[in-house]
Amino acid sequence: MIDKTRPDTQSCVADIPDGATLLVGGFGGAGMPHELIEAVIARAPKDLTIISNNAGNGTTGLAALLAAGLVKKVVCSFPRQADSFVFDKLYREGRLELELVPQGNLVERIRAGGAGIGAFFTPTGYGTPIAAGKETRQIDGRNYVLEYPLKADFALIKAHRGDRWGNLTYRKTARNFGPVMATAATVTVAQVEDIVPLGTLDPEDIVTPGVFVDRLVAIGTGAAQ
Amino acid sequence: MSDIAFTPWTRAEMAQRIAADIPDGAIVNIGIGMPELVADFLPQDKEILLHSENGILGMGPKPSPNEVDYDLINAGKQPVTLLDGGAFFDHSLSFAMMRGGHLDIAILGAFQVAVNGDLANWATNDPNAIPAVGGAMDLAVGARNVFVMMELLTKKGDSKLVEHCTYPLTGLGCVSRVYTDHGVIDITPEGFVARTLPPGLSLDDLNARAGIAIRAS
Repeated sequence: MIDKTRPDTQSCVADIPDGATLLVGGFGGAGMPHELIEAVIARAPKDLTIISNNAGNGTTGLAALLAAGLVKKVVCSFPRQADSFVFDKLYREGRLELELVPQGNLVERIRAGGAGIGAFFTPTGYGTPIAAGKETRQIDGRNYVLEYPLKADFALIKAHRGDRWGNLTYRKTARNFGPVMATAATVTVAQVEDIVPLGTLDPEDIVTPGVFVDRLVAIGTGAAQ
Repeated sequence: MSDIAFTPWTRAEMAQRIAADIPDGAIVNIGIGMPELVADFLPQDKEILLHSENGILGMGPKPSPNEVDYDLINAGKQPVTLLDGGAFFDHSLSFAMMRGGHLDIAILGAFQVAVNGDLANWATNDPNAIPAVGGAMDLAVGARNVFVMMELLTKKGDSKLVEHCTYPLTGLGCVSRVYTDHGVIDITPEGFVARTLPPGLSLDDLNARAGIAIRAS
């Protein structure tokens, strides 16, 4: 019998070691796995590398993880936000390494990581500082930059509903990076509002098939940030 | 700079002009910042589909206070709505739309636009600034038409229309038209071409203010 459900968030993240690389879902607050991040903060692994679109806002979620001093490097496309003061301070103090990746390259690098692609040529960033030092190629008269996959030890994502096989559905724009991040980690952990009996999710609606999910935990319908 | 009787277009007037130039049926991505105003002026008699990089096609206006759902936000992380016929999708598909040439128009803000259409809109040379690029580079290379909305001059009075961008580039040769408070300027193989100027602003005055050659259309 396959049962990927876990009783609590703590047991989902208990084996994240120091120095681990984490894919963290979400775009702003939508799709950010707040409860799983809280559990990571409680466990306190050090020197983490975080791959996520943003670098946290306010004082919760990713911002709390940064503020706890557990992160050495952030790979993201858009760290600067109106209320990204936690990241801003750590970055200016030189306590946080930043790899800035254009958003489409970020998601495609994660996709490549999960899909077994060795590298890919993208037009995004050609001729800009983002492409400095990278291999380029002209294909059919257009210029491209070689980009390499991103993979992680763990992916922490938020979905809407799940079942014990790990099948997931998402809600509105909270889907964002969840489906692609689920494919690119050694261990993918999903927090969902509820875990429903097998066969309840309409197979036409399942966005992430269970093969990509290793653990899931029900959080209930907490208010999104 | 010549002392002339002329009132620059307001941001709302700039947004209105952009909205009026978007054809019926167009798929459009509106960048965060100043371009967001364009959404307020989209003509009701045309069906214009708004794309949001975080996974929306057919984005609707702001919700009423009791409709706010923080799982339904735009690229600026503000609550929005979905039109009938609209769709949600993941980031990989969203950027396939952007990078793959499926969007008709992207409307972006800018720090500088060069005469060859180079765009600089994600970073300045300020070492204390936090860099952030988001989806701008993908839109720059992927949208069929890139329109820029910006004021002509910086707060210091320098022209944002330049011979060569001095700020870090977002994309090469990607901008086709610039909507400024000093008129609408096309980027052509022959250089900047003034398309529409505000009343009271002559081409000579515009050239004097911009400090760069802008031809008559």
